[in-house]
Parts: sequence; C-alpha cells; structure tokens
Amino acid sequence: MTDTTPASAEKPASARLTVVKAINAGLRRSMENDDKVLVMGEDVGKLGGVFRVTDGLQKDFGEDRVIDTPLAESGIIGTAVGLALRGYRPVCEIQFDGFVFPGYDQIVTQVAKMHFRSGGRLRLPIVIRIPYGGGIGAVEHHSESPEAYFAHTPGLKVVSCSNPVDAYWMIQQSITTDDPVVFFEPKRRYYEKAEFDLDAEPELPLHSSRVVNQGTDATVATYGPMVKTCMEAAAAAAEDGRSLDVIDLRTLSPLDLEPVYQSVRRTGRLVVVHEAQRTLGIGTEVAARVTEECFYSLESPVIRVTGYDTPYPPARVEDDYLPDLDRVLDGVDRALSY
Amino acid sequence: MTVDTAATSTGDPAAREPELVQLLTPEGQRVPHEYYDTLIEDITAEDIRGLYRDLVLSRRIDSEAVALQRQGELGLWASMLGQEAAQVGSGRALRPQDHAFPTYREHAVAWCRGVEATQLLGLFRGVDQGSWDPRENNFHLYTIVIGAQTLHATGYAMGVQRDGAIGTGDPERDTAVIAYFGDGATSQGDVNEAFIWASVNNAPVVFFCQNNQWAISEPLERQTRVPLYRRAHGFGFPGLRVDGNDVLACLAVSREALQRARDGEGPSLIEAFTYRMGAHTTTDDPTRYRLAADLEHWRLKDPIERVKAYLVRGDLVDQQFFDDLDAESEELAGNLRTACRALPDPEPTSIFEHVYVEPPPTLLAQRDEMAQYLDSFAEQEGPR
Repeated sequence: MTDTTPASAEKPASARLTVVKAINAGLRRSMENDDKVLVMGEDVGKLGGVFRVTDGLQKDFGEDRVIDTPLAESGIIGTAVGLALRGYRPVCEIQFDGFVFPGYDQIVTQVAKMHFRSGGRLRLPIVIRIPYGGGIGAVEHHSESPEAYFAHTPGLKVVSCSNPVDAYWMIQQSITTDDPVVFFEPKRRYYEKAEFDLDAEPELPLHSSRVVNQGTDATVATYGPMVKTCMEAAAAAAEDGRSLDVIDLRTLSPLDLEPVYQSVRRTGRLVVVHEAQRTLGIGTEVAARVTEECFYSLESPVIRVTGYDTPYPPARVEDDYLPDLDRVLDGVDRALSY
Repeated sequence: MTVDTAATSTGDPAAREPELVQLLTPEGQRVPHEYYDTLIEDITAEDIRGLYRDLVLSRRIDSEAVALQRQGELGLWASMLGQEAAQVGSGRALRPQDHAFPTYREHAVAWCRGVEATQLLGLFRGVDQGSWDPRENNFHLYTIVIGAQTLHATGYAMGVQRDGAIGTGDPERDTAVIAYFGDGATSQGDVNEAFIWASVNNAPVVFFCQNNQWAISEPLERQTRVPLYRRAHGFGFPGLRVDGNDVLACLAVSREALQRARDGEGPSLIEAFTYRMGAHTTTDDPTRYRLAADLEHWRLKDPIERVKAYLVRGDLVDQQFFDDLDAESEELAGNLRTACRALPDPEPTSIFEHVYVEPPPTLLAQRDEMAQYLDSFAEQEGPR
C-alpha cells in the first residue's frame, strides 16, 4: 500500500481518510456528479449505515436518493433492478457478507443475466457493496468471504479494495461502470488511514491489479483485507533476507493476472492468500491460470494460504482460521522448499 | 403421519368466497354495476368488437404456438388458454407510457402492447432469451424465475416516482407500472417483498395476479388459506377479486387501479379469478392431477364465448365480422408458422456478446478459442 498514498501537502484537496470515510467521500462525489446515483439499503439513511459508510448522505441528498429500505435483501436488489431499468444507478448496501444470500437469487438470475437476456438492449449499472471478511470478533454470518460465488457468475464484475485510496477511486469507478459490480469492502481494514489527494486522477483503471511490493524470491498474490497482512509478511521476510513481490489483485472478476505472470516468470514461485475457504476459491483459479501461462517458469507448485474448508468458525478461534503473517511466511517457506 | 391441512376453523371455504366483480356473465349478459360501469362508459360497440378481436387473435397465436411445439419447431410453450380476458382487459387498460412486467405467459398482454407475435417465439424456440426491446413497447422481457419481476416492477415504479411522473394530472405523463404474476408466485418471498416495498413507498404499481388455480400440479389450497386478493389488506393497500374471464370487468378494475397509481395514490392488488385451461407448459400432463369435470365447468365460463354471445345478442356484429376475423386469424397463424421456421439459429460465438457491456479480455479470449476450435473442423472438411 505504500505506493498508493502519494500525499502531497501542497494540494488543497488532500485529506487523511479511513477506508470508511474514503468510500463515503467517493459515494458523495458520485452523487454530486450524477443525480441518477442512488444509495439504498438497510440503515443507510438516518443512521448512516452500521459502519457509517453512508454517514450524512441522506441529510445532504434527501430520502429519495438515500433510501432506508425494508429489511429484505432480495427486495433491495430486485427493486434496484427496476430502478436501473428506469435509468437510475443504484448503489446497494448489503449490511454484512453473510446476509447477501437472500438477495443472491436476484443477483445471479436477474442482475447478472439481464444484459445477456436482452441481447444487449438493457443495462443494469448497479453496484452492490458488501462489507466482508473476518477478524473482528463477530457472531456468525458477520465475517464471511463469499466473493467466489459472485466471481463464478458470468455477467457480474467483482472487485475488492484494500486501502483508503483505492476505496475512494474504485467505488466511483464501479458506479460509472455500465455492468453490475459487486464491491467487496474489507471491514477489518475500515479504519486504516491514508492521506491522499481527492481531486487527483485515479492511478489505475478499475479492473487492474497492482504490484505493491517489489521482490525477487517469491510472488504473493492477494486482495482485500489480506493485502496488509501480506505486506507485513513481506517486511518480516525482508528481515530474513527474502524479498517478496506482493500483488494486490483488486479485481476478482475479471482477474488481471498479467502482473502476476510477469512476476512468477521472475520468481518461479507463487503463494495466493485469501480469507475465503480454499476449495474452488479465487486462489484456485489463479493457480490454474498461472500453471497455464507460466508452466515452464514455475519452480514449485502454487501454494494457497487461505481459510479452511469449514464454515466460518466462532470468533474465539478465528485467529487460527484466518491466514496471518506467520501462515503467509509458512506458505512462502513451502514454496521455497522445492 | 398425515396432517389434515384442509381442516380450517372457519368452516366451509365456499361460504367464504368473495364476490367477483363481474360485468359480463358467462352467458353474455351485461350485469350493471353502479361504480365499475362508470369506468367503461366510453367503451363503444366498436371497442367491444376490438376486444373480441384481441381475444380471438391472441388465442390463435397461443394455439399456433402449441402446434409449433408439437411439430418440433418450439422447444416449449406456456399456453395462456383461458386467461385471455384477464390479459386483454388489463393490457388494454394501459396507456403508452405505462410499463408492464410479465411472467412468461402474458402473450395477450404482449399482443396489446404491440409486441410482434414472432418475437415471443424466440425464447421458446431457443434462439434467444427475449428478442423485443422493452423500451419500445414498455413491455419488459419475460421473466421465468417466479415472482422476480414483481420487485423489478416495484423498483421501476419507485423510479417513476422519483421522475415526478405521477400525480401531475397530465394524462400523457402520469405513469403506472403493472406487475403480472400467478397464484403460485404469491408464495414467493419476492412477491411479498414487492408488496412491502410498494406499500411503504406508495409506489405506482398494480399487482395483477392471474389466479388460474394451478401452480403446475398444485391447486390453490397449497398456496393459501385466504382469498389471494385479501392479502393486500395486510400489506396496507386495496385488493379485489375480478372475474378473470370477463374482459370488461378486467378492463374496468385495471383502469381503476392504474389510475390510482398514476394519481400517486399507491399500489393495488387485482386477483383475476380465472382458470388455466391448458397444461402448465407443453411438457406438462394435467390429467395426472386434475379432473376433466373441472375443465368442463370452466369451459362454460369461456372468456371469448361470452363476448361473442353479447355481441350477437345485442346485434352488434354481422356475419361478415366473424368471417373477416376468421380470415385474419388464419393469416396471422400462417405468418407466425412461416416466421417461426425462418428464425435463424444463433451463431455459436454470439454467446459471448452481451455478457458484459465492457467484456473483459479473458472472455474475448474464450470466444477466440471457441472460434478456432470450430474453424478446425471447417479446415478438416474443407478440401475433401
């Protein structure tokens, strides 16, 4: 993340924002730029969302544009479809990862397929924001990482930010996208801060990954909340004389793996890290594609450091479930042992 | 253990049956109604002949499509036989700016909205998944997931509200949305959520439930213990039951509900009480679950025969009208048959179009992979 915060003290619009405030600022700017942009979800209005991501928006944009919805996720997504068909650009908030499933049918059978079904005549520029991931000591259904379900679905685009700067730009880029976007927010990084220029141009297009640490011994590909963990692992590895290339994937559908291929061709070793369970996760797809593209460069199998194939566990054992610095380094060790 | 779900504490269900709004009896007798007559007082004999034509031609499209399925030209067809009046009555109550969200059985509504009959066939022939432009006729694509479209209609109505297109008094601007669904769909969460959303938002949407008594093989009592129209009251908006085989009554109650929506007075539920005379779809076999006697009972309530009887008895038509309509009907069916057979199969690589507005390179690479694979056969077959 170090290279994503080129804060310049001279620029007047420079601000030090958390991920929460950065998404809020991005939503605000999108709503200012386009009066068709709506925010809708449970508690997003007066309360400003349970994480305060939409704080103050209803006060400034009114109840018609920042809609406190009834408590039903299928209703949120299904009515967003209708609003989009009428020409609006709804940004739906799903309160927690584990609560997206009542809306899953509308997302998969309607949102993802409407453009295709209509032979390209209809577009659904809907953004579905989902706070995701664990590490916050929460009860069941509040710590999950369901991104693979959506990345597996043609017609959806899926992204995950890992830091305030990306959060600010990626939410705006998602809102201007004419395809539906599922926007995963790393809730345990919600209060990470960065100082940056709100009036600058985004450094990257939405669907592009980024090398966030340069190294030569092994490649670590990750996204969302695990980016910080992997950066810490890279710092620790450096003390042991090992340098890691760390890549923040940022976009999960489509994947932007060219930087990963380039890196693996140099390092010969790849570790993929995510909180989500392992089997058929994003890491599995990355491993398959890297095997296809970099077969003769690989010095070891692709290693996946992930959550285990269990339901998300009770909070008192989540530290053992979630990849942490040591498990990432262990994965690197395994890659280097071949 | 068998649970006796039929037992109710409120006695004989028949005793609780509500009155239907009915303006035309199955025998073709015009029934005066103090209020609903006022909603159709502009309807002339010419208009009734027009409605009759809609009923006859849409039924002809439907029966031709069944025949096309039997001949292998369509993979499937969902017949609307018996439901023509519900669909034509509501369909003709719509204004051009109103927007309809159908299931997959609203062939007569499509007819009323000016969608070409051939365009309905693509989905069932398997050459597309919806070939008309919903923006041209304000008739959305067929939705197969039961009840999903009721939420789309409600959201669309919320957009209409935000556009200020209700309650202005301008008959060409004020806009209503109509959501079609069936009795089975009323058990879906989406339909109940749509009721809630529409209610709390006071959205300009009319929920038009064609209660055709059957959700494939499941009779109404598998879905509800109360008459469906009464569900509306619990959600906080008006509901009524109309004779779904009476095109005039369906027109009148739809006009009322749509105008209520356009005026900004919120949603309504109409339960059009009708009967699915055919199978659920061409793959279904209703003889496994219902009695021929029931069918006979409903055949006497046919939506078309009663209009014909009314027109004839009132001396509002001559034989030439029926002869002309027969000829038009046969020509329509013939054209449909020809057009259906001429519908081209899609190019294999066309499946990659329109997955996204902005397709990712990985998807385009898969398209190229498919094209190369297919081309490899062409090369093998080429120089023979």
